[in-house]
Amino acid sequence: MDAALFFIQMFNGVQLGLLLFLVASGLTLVFGILDFVNLAHGSLYMIGAFVCASLTLLTGNFLWAVLIALPITAVVGFFIERIVVRRLYHRSHLDQVLATFGLILVLDTSAHLIWGPAGIAVPLPAWLDGRVELFSGFVVPSFRLLIIATGLVIAAGLFWLVNYTRLGMLIRAGASNRTMVSALGIDIQTLFTLVFALGAVLAGLAGMLISPITEASIGMGGEIIITAFVVIIIGGIGSMKGAFIAAIIIGLIDTMGRSFLDDLFKIVMSTEAAETSAPAVSAMLIYILMALILALRPQGLFPPKVR
Amino acid sequence: MMQKLKSGWVTLGIVLALGILPPVFLWSGQAFYMDLATRLIILAIAAVSLNLILGFGGLVSFGHAAFIGIGAYCVGIPTYHATYGEFGAIATYSGLFQILLAVTAAALFALITGMICLRTKGVYFIMITMAFAQMVFYLFVSLEAYGGDDGLVIDTRSEFPLINLDDPLQMYLFSYASLVAALLIVRTIIRSRFGAVLRGAKDNNERVVTLGYNTYLYRLTAYVISGAICGYAGALLGNFTTFISPEMMDWTRSGELMFMVILGGAGTTLGPVLGSLIFILVEEVLSHFTIYWHLPFGIMLIAIVLFVRGGLMGLVSGNAN
Repeated sequence: MDAALFFIQMFNGVQLGLLLFLVASGLTLVFGILDFVNLAHGSLYMIGAFVCASLTLLTGNFLWAVLIALPITAVVGFFIERIVVRRLYHRSHLDQVLATFGLILVLDTSAHLIWGPAGIAVPLPAWLDGRVELFSGFVVPSFRLLIIATGLVIAAGLFWLVNYTRLGMLIRAGASNRTMVSALGIDIQTLFTLVFALGAVLAGLAGMLISPITEASIGMGGEIIITAFVVIIIGGIGSMKGAFIAAIIIGLIDTMGRSFLDDLFKIVMSTEAAETSAPAVSAMLIYILMALILALRPQGLFPPKVR
Repeated sequence: MMQKLKSGWVTLGIVLALGILPPVFLWSGQAFYMDLATRLIILAIAAVSLNLILGFGGLVSFGHAAFIGIGAYCVGIPTYHATYGEFGAIATYSGLFQILLAVTAAALFALITGMICLRTKGVYFIMITMAFAQMVFYLFVSLEAYGGDDGLVIDTRSEFPLINLDDPLQMYLFSYASLVAALLIVRTIIRSRFGAVLRGAKDNNERVVTLGYNTYLYRLTAYVISGAICGYAGALLGNFTTFISPEMMDWTRSGELMFMVILGGAGTTLGPVLGSLIFILVEEVLSHFTIYWHLPFGIMLIAIVLFVRGGLMGLVSGNAN
């Protein structure tokens, strides 16, 4: 196994991890504070990608498209919260799962109506489309570097928001005791709407960032949402720190497993057996990890203290 | 009480009608409705199995499509090897063997994942069952030998003594008899002491634990039985469609099964049958009008969750909300 490839895959793993964090952070925020299970979170990721794709083709500039698409996803999140989600806060998790399942059908079919059945490729500006040499012999695509940088900035921003701002204080207070916060005169409904819209923006941003690599497509939300669920289960549902650490772990394990598991298997079994079993095992790797962690810690790695 | 009787009679009537009407359709040359009815019956078996743990046990499993897939591949894989060689040990067309394999494999998967899932509760349980189902989905996607993503065509249906599944009527009646059997099994379980513990644990787990019952074991047993029945439904579905693919166990399929249970009324023996009936009919009618039928369908699902409590069984018996 050669070292350069190993580092490249590490890099890709971290990039996938940070992208997963963007999706998972919104999911865990919404669950932790609103006590709401949002299956349709993946659809917001998809909407972000499609809106960004359209705007890129319209403005001819990917970065402008992202800047305009962010408030648009916030508005979409706002209306979804006002029309459907708000009515479900006091319902059981089962009802929330079923209603947001219906919401997925509505959002995905709407995307189908608006953007058509085929995916939309998103062109990058030339300066983002190249490669940079980080240090000697270690050349990485500059766009993936941008994803990593964005992910880290957002993670730091969320950490600051939740721990050091008044809004963050309300968010944490709302998570531990909703009734008390509203008794103190805080408009809890507006707070909830804000948090939901913030989650939508985070998911949308992830979709925008991935769209130049994979293109915007209808099924993309369904693929990422399960992995994001695995991330927040491992991290502890409602924990931002847990979501970050679990996302990086999952990103690394998934990427490394797909690249190097067959080499690893070849040490203990025949080449043929390794080549048939490695893809199957690497596809299941993150779920096996989830099972192991839950067998030891049913509440995940960092369960929030108050719930 | 009267209303409860009424709802019972309505659904019993539907179940009986399902036994009589489709053969009539077939004889009057409407083979299409026969196909629809067969699919409906098989999915109803899966919904009945899910209802055992979701409706009566309060365990919201979001991964039941995995059992369908496992059951279907337990028909597909032996048939594949019987046709193309290799793996002589399981290569057979024998339906009895395939069904036994399907039920055993599904039960085993339920046992292993159930042991982990049932240590958690609430939203964790929902997501973990979903994640495990997705694991099986990706496993079969990556198994290139059995078609991977593209799926597997079942060239020869399961062979049973005296029964020929290639005949649509026999396929239908076989599925129908299986549904009735599944309903009787669930009914017997629910009315037994075992069922009382299961339902008691749903309402108040601590109380039942304090009474000296190990509710974890009761739930695990129910989960395994439910998985086994669902695996059986998968074996039937594989035989019916003669084409199986990982898409059968996509998480949206699990969501649809959940909806059938909730739609009909969770925790009523016959509710899931009614739910599957309405679900399949609405799907069929809507998809007739437009390729964008998921849009009104999704709105309908949301509206049902928001405004209809207790499912359609609740509506029929007049105690919705």
